[in-house]
Amino acid sequence: MDKLIDLIAKSLMLPADKVTEDLKYNSIPEWDSVAHMALVTELEDAYGIMLETDDIVGMSSVAKIREILSKYDAAA
Amino acid sequence: MMLRPDALEGRIALVTGAGRGIGLATAKMLAEAGATVWLNARTVGSLEQTCAEIGNGARAVYFDVTDPAAVREGFVTIQKECKKLDILVNNAGILRDAVIEMASVELMDDIWRTNLRGVLLCAQYGARLMARAGGGSIVNVASYIGRFGNTGQAVYGASKAGVIGATLSLSKELAARQIRVNAVAPGVIDTDMIADLPEEKREKLLSAIGMGRPGTAEDVAKLITFLASDMAGYVTGQVVGVDGGLVI
Repeated sequence: MDKLIDLIAKSLMLPADKVTEDLKYNSIPEWDSVAHMALVTELEDAYGIMLETDDIVGMSSVAKIREILSKYDAAA
Repeated sequence: MMLRPDALEGRIALVTGAGRGIGLATAKMLAEAGATVWLNARTVGSLEQTCAEIGNGARAVYFDVTDPAAVREGFVTIQKECKKLDILVNNAGILRDAVIEMASVELMDDIWRTNLRGVLLCAQYGARLMARAGGGSIVNVASYIGRFGNTGQAVYGASKAGVIGATLSLSKELAARQIRVNAVAPGVIDTDMIADLPEEKREKLLSAIGMGRPGTAEDVAKLITFLASDMAGYVTGQVVGVDGGLVI
């Protein structure tokens, strides 16, 4: 299973098959600002990084998160 | 001091602007109550001796609160070393007076960048670390001037009123994550910032204090330590004056 999809599914409490690459922030009730910060914590712990504020704001979709994590050398 | 000497045992604290005055007194008092304190200042190397004197694992982390990248680096260091943060004291600030007609844009920006944006940036990263640890306490150092105003301090007062506004909103936003956010509003405190005032201005300020003496940095540190501790475990969104009955 894809590690990133797994982490996002866990944070947002969604079944993994609902977490598609084009799933967008704030497009579903499960991914609001509170869930977004929980997701940030989950990702930071999983990859041992501390995301920059601009990147937290920029994580607007699953695909975008994948792109941002690659900047941190996090194998997403 | 009502706090037990071990009240903050195991807690990790960060105090910005800890080189002197209220910041230094607060760092010392938090350490006395058992916390491991990170002292912050701008000048690299300036706090090493102070940290050694404070003991209890006190360490220095150097960054300028006006530099967002440096602030982030500072918090990354704390996260790497301690894995958490329980207490953040946003103390770093500058005081520069200017009547409104003489307040330059540079002076305005300098004051806001340090006194207000610096507080917001530190709160931003501080809250992230605290949320991971299951909660924490942020204490912002505002000012009497931010609540009640004073001649020649429109810019400074605006920055400190901004700190109070940030405190109120942050306390609401972060309460669900068990992070308390409060502000202290010192009056005339006998620190270097006051000592730099012209004699006439200084005398006028002192005569306006009901208790007849300026406060000490320790007077403010006691209140900050209380708000940082579990003694204030249900206190959030408050602005507490520590001014000896000052009326300007």
